Amino acid sequence: MNNKNKNPEHAVGSEGELVLSRRNLLKGVGLSGAALMTAGSGSIIAQTSEPVASPARIRVMEAFETLTAAESAALDAFASRILPSDDGTPGAHEARAVHFIDRGLTGAMAASREQYAVGLAALDEHAMQVGGSAFYQLSASEQDAIVEAMTLSAIPAFPMLNAGFFNLVRTHTIEGTFSDPYYGGNRDFVGWDLIGYPGVRVMSTPDEIIQGRDLAPSRQSAYDMPTHTKDPVVAPAGGVSHGH
Amino acid sequence: MATNLPRTDVVVIGLGAVGGVAVLPLVSAGLNVIGLEAGGWMSTRDFAPDEIRNNIRDWPQAVPKAKSEIPTSRANINFEAVQGGGHPMMNGVGGTSLHYWAQSWRLNPWDFKTVSETTNRYGAHRIPTDSTVEDWPISYDDLEPFYDRVEYALGVSGYAGNVNGTLQPNGSQFEGPRSRPYPMPGLRSSGFTDMMSEAARQLGWNPFQGPAAINTEIYGNRPGCFYHGFCDRGGCHAAAKSSTAVTTIPEAMKSGLLKVVTHARVLKIVNDADGRVTGVEYLSGNQVMFQPAAAVLLASHTYENTRLLLLSKSREFPDGLANNSGQVGQHYLSHHQGAPVLALFPKDLNNWYGLPAQGVAIDEWADDNFDHSDLDFIGGGNLWAHTDRKPISAAKMSTFDLVPTWGAKWKAFISENADRTNTSYIQKTTLPYRGNYLDLDPQVKDKLGFPVIRITAELRDNEKRIAAFTQEKMEAWYRAAGATQIVRTGLGTAMGPSTHAYGGTRMGDDASTNVTDRFGFAHEAPNLGVLGASVMGTSGARNPTLTAQALAWRTAEHLAANWDTITR
Repeated sequence: MNNKNKNPEHAVGSEGELVLSRRNLLKGVGLSGAALMTAGSGSIIAQTSEPVASPARIRVMEAFETLTAAESAALDAFASRILPSDDGTPGAHEARAVHFIDRGLTGAMAASREQYAVGLAALDEHAMQVGGSAFYQLSASEQDAIVEAMTLSAIPAFPMLNAGFFNLVRTHTIEGTFSDPYYGGNRDFVGWDLIGYPGVRVMSTPDEIIQGRDLAPSRQSAYDMPTHTKDPVVAPAGGVSHGH
Repeated sequence: MATNLPRTDVVVIGLGAVGGVAVLPLVSAGLNVIGLEAGGWMSTRDFAPDEIRNNIRDWPQAVPKAKSEIPTSRANINFEAVQGGGHPMMNGVGGTSLHYWAQSWRLNPWDFKTVSETTNRYGAHRIPTDSTVEDWPISYDDLEPFYDRVEYALGVSGYAGNVNGTLQPNGSQFEGPRSRPYPMPGLRSSGFTDMMSEAARQLGWNPFQGPAAINTEIYGNRPGCFYHGFCDRGGCHAAAKSSTAVTTIPEAMKSGLLKVVTHARVLKIVNDADGRVTGVEYLSGNQVMFQPAAAVLLASHTYENTRLLLLSKSREFPDGLANNSGQVGQHYLSHHQGAPVLALFPKDLNNWYGLPAQGVAIDEWADDNFDHSDLDFIGGGNLWAHTDRKPISAAKMSTFDLVPTWGAKWKAFISENADRTNTSYIQKTTLPYRGNYLDLDPQVKDKLGFPVIRITAELRDNEKRIAAFTQEKMEAWYRAAGATQIVRTGLGTAMGPSTHAYGGTRMGDDASTNVTDRFGFAHEAPNLGVLGASVMGTSGARNPTLTAQALAWRTAEHLAANWDTITR
């Protein structure tokens, strides 16, 4: 959960992924005209005058456990239309909702894996037909038009691209953005900040509660709390403190 | 072939909310008790503030046994029953009392005598003609001492409304008389509940904070509530929630007379040629064990109580144990607790760290607390405005049709309004009806090959009319508190699997319409007791757990006091 390595150029994040620096981002191809955020910090880093299609260009190189490269690109772009960051504040992309979904699809959400495979392939195929390129390469407005049609189940040539698939992705995008960061999304608590949730804590006093969204965020995962790890309990006397 | 174990006095099947309570009076009377529990022990370290795990992925509920026997459900016989969603109950020492909301209400006296009270006040024609409702064989006053014992043994916090007939300003003005106040004060109020209380007073109603099996101060060496906001479907990390796993079960174990057997999956209750039960067959790993006992208390939840009886076929009971009357599975109902009203307020409510049991109640429109002469239903609903908000559910909030459900406008909407909504909880009188019942599914089986329960049940006009009536009251309450947007949800349809499930082994004096007698023992198998809401014939307008626990204590005490007669 922590930004352990703050190397400005080129940092390795806590899960071993490459976090692109501001400069590399700006040097990258196809940068968004809107404000950009690093995946690691959530801070607004730049405006660029280069006209670009979509903020989905901010690619972070790291392994997905089950999604293919094409699937993760399509899904990240899709999730970014559900919860966009065009307004300069972090959205699903910065929260890394796709990483939450990827990890979930290998475990608790495995029943949806096939639906994602079929749905995302259909999404790219449909995008190719109407826009001439993969979904993630379309402009934001072209992407929005497709998503809108999905919510209305109005893409008859691709029955998979219906409201059911939209709702599935929307639900998982929300879960990935607003869940405990332990699960791979809500990076740097950007989701919780977005809705003013001051974070998990062991207890809450009336004075804290009354502050609502003004309460200083706890900035911790449930599993940062020693009370909730499943590490073996260490004997209180004489034992070495068991770091977590 | 089953391995025979040494005989014991009492076997309790299931150490959850009710079995976990019953063991205490049994060991107090000096009886040897073996508690068979399908799950294992959990600790406070298992209960993290984790919405994904608790609320989205249903852990700790999603353990193998319950998950493999999810009931199928259909509205009526014209449909095929389908299995869907998760199982509403869980396995584990403490059972669903580990992670429930812990609202701990006593039923209203009217709920025990719905037929006679309605007949006296309005005439017999006001009982819905298709209902199979009967007066309970006992009254509120009969159960009062046992409500009291459970409230003090577990640790229930709250404000009394009626102590020995004297009304108390901070509690319900409609509750039955209690012999003494709660052992500790109720959960604290919050800015939101204070706002709702003030609005209720403007409407001329008497708001009060409801009772909960949650400590509000040190009680039984356990601390008061930490208000961290993950109580809903989460076990308590501070052991402030008074589940049986941290109260009556460890207390009973101190006697040395209670043996807890975990991961014991009960297959069958065995009976002899006289129709008396002789013990319980259960699976432990791959080993089938037979535990002989002088008496058996069946203490699973409503679906499993019914299923185990129906699966326990014998020469004496070809249609299932204690079911020669054909009454096992009848008079089923699941509580009409749906059809909520949603409200949007123009300011933050600061509800991020609340809990479902921290709320304010209105009883003016519950039970028979108001004149029904000119209405087209009997009973009513308890209005409940509570503080409970977690980030994922907050982001999934209703858009009140003000914005799309995705994109920039939606993002801006949830960013502003995530802490500005409230969803009411209205529990409504629900009655049993002809055509609403449980039986074994003809097709769907669990992992061992035994059929799962099939629910055939739907809400009827009386319940839907209560829903419409109480929604109107709830909207008025929210409006008085300043809500700017209101959504009333649908009035409800089928009675799918629910934590608030009743009937199937109903309690009553008439053996032709009830499975168990007034003390909870089977009419047809007198040393078999049944614990849980499966013995209840009406729901009342509030959570069932405390009533089921009081009944369980009463059944256990009755068994101990009449040991020689019952066990012969």
